[in-house]
Amino acid sequence: MATGDLATADMVLNIGPQHPATHGVLRLALTLDGERIVRADPVIGYMHRGAEKLFEVRDYRQILVLTNRHDWLSSFGNELGVVLAVERMLGMEVPVRAVWLRTLLAELNRVLNHLMFLGSYPIELGAITPIFYAFREREEIQAVMEEISGGRMHYMFNRVGGLKEDMPAGWPDRARAAVRRVRVRVRDDIDALVRGNEIFRARTRGVGVLSRELAEAFGVSGPIARASGLDVDLRRDEPYLAYADLPADVLRVVTRTEGDCLARFECLLDQVYVSLDIAEHCLDVLDSLPVGPINVRLPKVVKAPEGETYAWTENPLGINGYYLVSRGEKTPWRLKLRTASFNNVQVLAELLPGELLADMVAILGSMFFVVGDVDK
Amino acid sequence: MIALEVVAKLLGCLLVFLTVPLLVGQMEHKAMAHMQSRLGPMYAGGFHGWAQLVADGVKFAQKESVVPARADRRVFELAPAVALLPYLFVLITIPVGPGQTARDLSVGVFFALAVVSVGVIGVLMAGWSSANKYSLLGGMRAGAQLMAYELPLVLAAASAAMAAGTLSLDGIVHAWRWWWLPYQGIAAVVFFVAALAELRRPPFDMPVADSEIVFGPFTEYTGLRFALFLLAEYGGIVVFSALTAVLFLGGWKGPFFEAQLGWLWLLLKTMALSFVVIWLRVTYPRLRADQLQKLAWVGLVPLALAQIALTGVVRVTTS
Amino acid sequence: MTQVPGKGLVHGLGVTLRTMTTRSVTQEYPHVRPDLPPRSRGVIALLEENCTVCMLCARECPDWCIYIDSHKETVPAREEGARPRTRNVLDRFAIDYSLCMYCGICIEVCPFDALFWSPEFEYAEHDLGFMTHERDRLREWMPTVPAPPADVLNAEPAKEVPS
Repeated sequence: MATGDLATADMVLNIGPQHPATHGVLRLALTLDGERIVRADPVIGYMHRGAEKLFEVRDYRQILVLTNRHDWLSSFGNELGVVLAVERMLGMEVPVRAVWLRTLLAELNRVLNHLMFLGSYPIELGAITPIFYAFREREEIQAVMEEISGGRMHYMFNRVGGLKEDMPAGWPDRARAAVRRVRVRVRDDIDALVRGNEIFRARTRGVGVLSRELAEAFGVSGPIARASGLDVDLRRDEPYLAYADLPADVLRVVTRTEGDCLARFECLLDQVYVSLDIAEHCLDVLDSLPVGPINVRLPKVVKAPEGETYAWTENPLGINGYYLVSRGEKTPWRLKLRTASFNNVQVLAELLPGELLADMVAILGSMFFVVGDVDK
Repeated sequence: MIALEVVAKLLGCLLVFLTVPLLVGQMEHKAMAHMQSRLGPMYAGGFHGWAQLVADGVKFAQKESVVPARADRRVFELAPAVALLPYLFVLITIPVGPGQTARDLSVGVFFALAVVSVGVIGVLMAGWSSANKYSLLGGMRAGAQLMAYELPLVLAAASAAMAAGTLSLDGIVHAWRWWWLPYQGIAAVVFFVAALAELRRPPFDMPVADSEIVFGPFTEYTGLRFALFLLAEYGGIVVFSALTAVLFLGGWKGPFFEAQLGWLWLLLKTMALSFVVIWLRVTYPRLRADQLQKLAWVGLVPLALAQIALTGVVRVTTS
Repeated sequence: MTQVPGKGLVHGLGVTLRTMTTRSVTQEYPHVRPDLPPRSRGVIALLEENCTVCMLCARECPDWCIYIDSHKETVPAREEGARPRTRNVLDRFAIDYSLCMYCGICIEVCPFDALFWSPEFEYAEHDLGFMTHERDRLREWMPTVPAPPADVLNAEPAKEVPS
């Protein structure tokens, strides 16, 4: 040691599993030199519930209850993956009303999910107000979702072959009104309060840049990947439900190339507008559809035929995939779950070193993950 | 007789120190709530939750006061007092009417600025003695922040003192005229922003950034000691708002009855400035420590120097 | 995006000030009751008379939180010459709400309309043990069950009309 130098030592700082910055129980073991991060290890698994193993001892309707819960902010999207896989195995034709209603609810669910992060991300940066505005808007849409499905978070509304019930009378108008109100207020309140704010931009622009290559290497998907210029959106690239029938000016894929925290936030924010547009389009189509069923009458026991399939969907947080292997029983032999958050969080170990502690929360928050979705 | 008067004045100061911060606290509860489309406290005390802070105080008093096993016990216990008392002392020098000061000092500005800075020592003590990594980081951030903001604070205050030609706070108010608003406007903004940073209020609250370092230096505090830190924060808001009002907004000067109602004019100005402090907290995210330093050295210090130059030129040419 | 520096900051102040002058959205819950839609999944009500102890609900429950006990009883023949019949008598029907995941599968599978959703939700307890509602308690929820809402016009009409 040169004379005059003070002896310094790296400090290991645990962010989580119990820490105000981690939604849930993700733990980051940070090695700090002053306030600069030298090493970051995401430690996951505190909330592992063995979802895949639980799937194996439940029939396809019961599995929906569980898929509702691994990413509790995208319940409807999760349900979709399972029913799409089973329907594909059965070669089942889903009624057109169910297809459009599923698309509508999936997009409303996307808005709910994004609003959550649009509110919680500014909190990481010390802005305490947007979350209240976001939750006010969430409440609008949750009321609509509750009216049709009976649930506020765990909708349990999909069934193999369609949906549980049709829309109650008057619901489409209330949904349309809610969509309209949310669009105006997201623009006037959340967008105006956060997006243009110079402090917010200074905290996020150029911070935590995720390169397109890194995003590809780690299998990052969803808005985070699109913010890095990885232009992948299954709704457009491998359409399921009614996405193929949406006009291109309704189903716009929001991308950015910067790959920084600001780009990720803006992707999320702009996707809300897109989803609201899609929802409105779906409502119009649903109004014009002829009288018809909302589901398929099922046999007493639904058994997927022997074989395997992989169904993936563009969940709000990224690509959510179910690999279903059936041996002809009423329960799957194996149902492998690929969640968006799991892959998205892995990239933190590459992204964080070299950044400041204060930027850590900006980056962590901008990776938009749900811990239940990471740990399964 | 004189001793009695001194005691009465000191008790008055103490009373103000114990009530006005609560008013600000309550205003923060309600204003913040409504800005966030909420109602805020509605039940404590019956009418719109006016007694919420009293209830909070009772709650804090009931809580166990924990001192961490590895903490530096005496420093840890002393820190809240060191953080709180300086603001009380500054209150003594604030003029509430023409010639009405608990103790008018001829060097009032110096005294006030020197003493309020001591409060940060309390935060540093808390950060260091808690034996907690988050506290330590927060304490260091608070110290660094003080270094950056003391200079613009002093320069801005110096400009007001130069313009008035006196260091006495009462004298500055006497010399104040309405056209000081544009004339000393830059200094007022610099002073207010620097005061926010010194108070560790958003958008400059990195020392207590909850999403990064839990609650910074106060992480390990519980019960009454924690409440004292909170009181220090709101006392600090009152003191700095009052100082800004005295230096740049004419203190006790008002449209009428200055001699009798000077205290009211000052209180109104103080509350208005406190509202701005709250408003900023509700609206803005926090800066990063290095961005704050940059703002201080690249933004506020040059501005304050320019203001001093302007004040100097005006003084020389008009006298 | 080039803009005047500080414009976003001022704009933000405007947003919060505007919100302060508008009505807040808080509902003071214990004093203002939430208006819940009929499909809300709050609590499960049991119409005991309809239950035939077929056990479908208990078997289909994804976390097995429904407990049913029964015994067989012989019903004497109604008319001369006929054989006496046996029927199931319900001894216990209980739902453990500390386990229930509120999926509604039990209600869906019940072939005799003995189970219903009710939007009631105020049955929190201080002890997990009290979260198991026995049949009397489940019966008490019945008056709170709302009529199902009508569907939109272009929905397929229901196959069976509820009486």
